[in-house]
Amino acid sequence: MPKLIKKCQIIDDQWVLIKENSQLEDLQAYSGQDLIVPLVFWLAERTRIQQRSGKTAVWLNSNEVPQSLGSDLHNLEVIALNFPIFSDGRAYSSARELRSNLGYKGEIRAIGDVLRDQLFYMSRCGFDAFLMRDDQNLERALSAFNDFTEGYQASVDKPIPLFRRR
Amino acid sequence: MYRYDNYDHQMLADRIAQFRHQTERFLKGELAGPEFLPLRLQNGLYVQRLAPMLRIAIPYGMLSSRQLRKLAHIADYYDKGYGHFTTRQNIQFNWPALVDVPDILAHLAEVEMHAIQTSGNCIRNTTTDQFAGCAVNEIEDSRPYCEIIRQWSTFHPEFAYLPRKFKIAVCGTVDDQAATQVHDIGLFIVKSDTGEIGFRVLVGGGLGRTPVIGKEIRSFLPKQHLLTYLDAILRVYNREGRRDNKYKARIKILVKETGVELFREKVEQEWLALKDGPLTLTDAEFLRCKQYFQDPEYKELPEDSPQLLQALGENVLFAGWYNRNVSAHKKAGYAIVTICLKQTGTAPGDITSDQMNFVADLADSYSFGELRVSHEQNIILADVEKSALYALWQSLKSQKLNSDNRGLLTDIICCPGGDFCSLANAKSIPIAESIQRRFGDASRLRDIGALSLNISGCMNACGHHHVGNIGILGVDKKGAEFYQISLGGSVDNNTALGQIVGPSFAQEEVPGVVEKIVNVYMKNRQSGERFVETFNRVGIDPFKEEVYAKAD
Repeated sequence: MPKLIKKCQIIDDQWVLIKENSQLEDLQAYSGQDLIVPLVFWLAERTRIQQRSGKTAVWLNSNEVPQSLGSDLHNLEVIALNFPIFSDGRAYSSARELRSNLGYKGEIRAIGDVLRDQLFYMSRCGFDAFLMRDDQNLERALSAFNDFTEGYQASVDKPIPLFRRR
Repeated sequence: MYRYDNYDHQMLADRIAQFRHQTERFLKGELAGPEFLPLRLQNGLYVQRLAPMLRIAIPYGMLSSRQLRKLAHIADYYDKGYGHFTTRQNIQFNWPALVDVPDILAHLAEVEMHAIQTSGNCIRNTTTDQFAGCAVNEIEDSRPYCEIIRQWSTFHPEFAYLPRKFKIAVCGTVDDQAATQVHDIGLFIVKSDTGEIGFRVLVGGGLGRTPVIGKEIRSFLPKQHLLTYLDAILRVYNREGRRDNKYKARIKILVKETGVELFREKVEQEWLALKDGPLTLTDAEFLRCKQYFQDPEYKELPEDSPQLLQALGENVLFAGWYNRNVSAHKKAGYAIVTICLKQTGTAPGDITSDQMNFVADLADSYSFGELRVSHEQNIILADVEKSALYALWQSLKSQKLNSDNRGLLTDIICCPGGDFCSLANAKSIPIAESIQRRFGDASRLRDIGALSLNISGCMNACGHHHVGNIGILGVDKKGAEFYQISLGGSVDNNTALGQIVGPSFAQEEVPGVVEKIVNVYMKNRQSGERFVETFNRVGIDPFKEEVYAKAD
């Protein structure tokens, strides 16, 4: 089973990621499995996707905003945010919006070009699960969460900025 | 000056350990070049034409003598004995070895300095007026706010991978010397009718390929909302700024394409969620930051100094330097001194390690151990007793630091250009030198009067060519280095972008063309008129006619 970093631990990943431009019939191959489907697919076929057995989550590309999920948001156990390339920083804002503005409490999973050296900032923005790029060493990546002991800003992990604590 | 506490020290130590680890992985081949790239850039490290270049942050231009001595040490041990001050009030070293950089950063940390976010697509060093805290008629000292912004922007987890770089300037003085209107965000400190301090917020200014003057999106932002509002602007930019084209990725393009009204709405909408939240600044935090920028222990002195008046009467050279390089100070009996790093034969903004040590000593003797760096690439001793000016000038002479051309045509702002920078299309340092040589006559230079001449070696405009009264831009014309000239730019309270005079010129033509431009000004000027005022009155045509006139 593929591996995932969640809450700073390496665990088995039960979720299957469904590609963009997928159709309903493509899902038949995953009978009973938990799926993360692309936003556009979800918005178009939500009812029928949910009729199948197995849980459903949604992933957003970096140009898609969490507000598109509307009231579905709080029923989703997992929302995945894609990094088409690690240097595309839009999902950091999406994660913060999900947590701070929209009050989302479920798992926010980083997918795509997810690398060791970005994990710390991602976790500060509210990501708590990381599906790392295939070539990344998960054991070694864990140390990234301890790169810094403090941060100045108000962030999801520390909502009270340092200036109110020092 | 701001002093680090345990939190600041710990974060800096964490950062150095992190970058040391990243550098080791890169050198061992465990971290690919493209993935190391933004990491090293956000630690100030470029790979340039000849060697790596390390850009060290000088937050809002403030330096202590101890810090400057440390920079001198780095120049001697890790570089070739000199450094280069930049238009972002930073300093660059052109010859460090990649493998040494973590050690250099550790040296810097000892004196509370770093190279964090001096490059890369993140929030860069916040800049301000080099006279902050001692200027006459200042609304409020901008430095505590700059420090608040420095801390907020340092390691901001959400904004480390923006579409493009992001620059913020703060101005609290009456005469803006910080080029505030040409920043991604420009903050002008203002006082409301009721005496409340806040900011007039400009957004979407910038130089580079598409120069734009910032547009106001808020006329008064109460100071406690500074960081939540900045967070809101940055979030809109991070989400919506263009990422498909590097040349259209700055916030100015987003503001232009969105329209300032709609952009403002988006920011205000985002701000609603943040306003009055935990990031709202507190009186305690303002007080904490302000205490680091209190006045030094000024003496109570008469406004005029008999020693100064006597020296001015007796020594013409001293008087010449005094008239150009000494500015009024808010405190009676004190003056602000600009040490102009624009000696002909030295690259503008360059300083040797010997000069750094020397200037550090001067700061200790004459100016409470502190210095500032200006975006004009000069050094400022901000708190000098008037009665000591003559002795200070004599000391400066001994190290050839007494250039008396501040604000004149030869006080050229100039990027490192094609001699060092791998982005450059053309050289800029030799152009600066050829112009300085052409205008070597001091009395003529003074007769020409206040005139800013700015040179950039490429479109990225590090030399601020768009806002020079005379701007020179290096361009590539079928593999040859050519120079496009613009006129009428300015960067004071009446910021204006220069107009391109016409087709570009070959390197050897440039000093002659500048001379023709100056001659048109001299011929047309009315009494007391500065270059830019004459230009604004007569327009570009007389200049055009002169520089493109066919020889008979």
